[in-house]
Amino acid sequence: MAGDIVSINNLRVSFPSESARIYPVDGVSLKILKGETLGLVGESGCGKSMTSLALMGLLPRPLGRVDGGEIIFKGRNLIGIADAEMAKVRGRDISMIFQDPMTSLNPVYTVGDQIIEAIQAHERVPRTEARRVAVDMLRKVGIPSPEKRIGDYPHLMSGGMRQRVMIAMALSLKPELLIADEPTTALDVTIQAQILYLMNDLRRDLGMSILLITHNMGLVAENADRIAVMYAGRILEEAPTKGLFASPLHPYSRGLLDSIPRMTGGGDKLQSIPGMVPPLNDLPKGCKFFGRCARSTEPCETKEPPLFQKGEGHSVRCWLYEE
Amino acid sequence: MLAYTVRRIFGMIPSLLLASVIVFSFIHLIPGDPAQMMLGDLATPSQVDALREAMGLNRPFYVQYFIWLSGVVRGDFGQSIFFNQPVLSVIADRAETSVLLALLSITIVILIGIPVGVLSAIKHNSRLDQAVSALSMFFASIPTFWLGLNFMALFSVTLGWFPTSGFPSILQSGDWSNIRYLILPAITLAAPNSALIVRLTRSSMLDVSNADYVKTARAKGLLDWRVNMRHIFRNSLVAVVSALGFTFVALVAGAVVTETVFSLPGVGRLVVESLLRRDYPTIQGIILVVAFLYMAINLLVDLSFALLDPRIRYS
Repeated sequence: MAGDIVSINNLRVSFPSESARIYPVDGVSLKILKGETLGLVGESGCGKSMTSLALMGLLPRPLGRVDGGEIIFKGRNLIGIADAEMAKVRGRDISMIFQDPMTSLNPVYTVGDQIIEAIQAHERVPRTEARRVAVDMLRKVGIPSPEKRIGDYPHLMSGGMRQRVMIAMALSLKPELLIADEPTTALDVTIQAQILYLMNDLRRDLGMSILLITHNMGLVAENADRIAVMYAGRILEEAPTKGLFASPLHPYSRGLLDSIPRMTGGGDKLQSIPGMVPPLNDLPKGCKFFGRCARSTEPCETKEPPLFQKGEGHSVRCWLYEE
Repeated sequence: MLAYTVRRIFGMIPSLLLASVIVFSFIHLIPGDPAQMMLGDLATPSQVDALREAMGLNRPFYVQYFIWLSGVVRGDFGQSIFFNQPVLSVIADRAETSVLLALLSITIVILIGIPVGVLSAIKHNSRLDQAVSALSMFFASIPTFWLGLNFMALFSVTLGWFPTSGFPSILQSGDWSNIRYLILPAITLAAPNSALIVRLTRSSMLDVSNADYVKTARAKGLLDWRVNMRHIFRNSLVAVVSALGFTFVALVAGAVVTETVFSLPGVGRLVVESLLRRDYPTIQGIILVVAFLYMAINLLVDLSFALLDPRIRYS
């Protein structure tokens, strides 16, 4: 497809465990289009963070490794390229911000030093020039009097400010893709909205794409163009945001949407999905959601469903939708 | 920071007083009589009594303490019973050896311990790391007298590279080549301490390498060596520097075994010899000086933290 920034095909990530290798990401295929925000949602441990780390070439070494599939970025497969080559992609073409801004900046360097370091890792520019870019970026992300704050150590800033610094750093080289792994989970609710608003603003400004990783359905509803629902290392449903919220197909997606507390109605009980995410070394043989699914039928137990296409850009991994 | 430093220096006074009380009391609890020791077995009881009177040993314990303390405040640590010289000059004579030896071996500890620890952390779980672990376990466990004697046998006796023992003063002779007398002892002392610093550097780097900001550093596209040195190593320095401070003090005052093996006129041996001679003033003097050194190094280490970590500010 012409509009792809990244196309992940059949990605498998494995880790050793006591008995056999486990697969936190097992056969994931995703496309991220130019300029869009793709929301990747799922419970903790579903493999969404592992997918993003694989994309960055930052799987925890030496245990984690990519066991199959490809990640095509600008016509080039990022799987298996040399470390030094991948380092050139990281921070320049694909950037990432993390969940906890309180611990994501190095306490012993000023925020300016850390942004300048990121710039100079990729561009041969004099320090004064890198500093000018850093000040510009800090202004862009809404840090007041950036010429002064650039000399601050991270501990002098609030969590929201630090996440702004992280964003400034991640975007200082105008990447084409920003991976945001739970970027607001650790922040106050009032700050969350500001940070997301800022990210959307900058996305339009820079024409970049965002991979927004979260467990928060409300967040993707407002910020993502498309959503992929992940469970036990697999994509269970992928759809445009509107389509998914209007008519979620997979019982798991439905469960996720039903668990969003609603302010309408009286004292309804909070909905939840029964059971727990199965451990990766003891997954059901067929559909991975089998056992927690209220609508499971006979083939679910033994045969894993493929992705069925249901309408424009809407696909679902569930036997209920077999043609 | 200056105000803090001044406050800390004044804060040492009560600690030193406490140390002096403890030392003074414990030494006087040890059985044995310095007057008897000085005069030998053939002295008559009246001779011993006369000397005790002259030395002030007949006075009550607390009176002795205050007489001693009032001297210390004026810079007079008393006379060594054995050497019949002022205690401070006895210590000063030995300090040259001990300080040079400690400086030499802490240099070796830094030059070996830190780089090997860094390498071991970067290549953790590799063959290299396992070899380093085994070697440092070995060097941390073997007794220094064994290591010292074997070094002496190999490098001094068989190969003839270094003198076997003793240390002619550099201050008195002005001959810096005498430093060769200290090289083998310094290596002997450095061996177990380097091993500890290797392990500490390795483990604190591994701790830091799990930090979120290290992930950020990689995500920026920094190359491995830069992540390792600028982000991981830099943040693990606090632990390493404080360990080096304590190691240094232990090297100045605690090198008894090595000093004995190599017959070096150091402070460690002076302590033990003075104890055996019941040379109270000397022991008290040394312990007070070492306690002061310990507190001073401790203060320096604390002040260095402010340089190493901007979150630490003293006011």
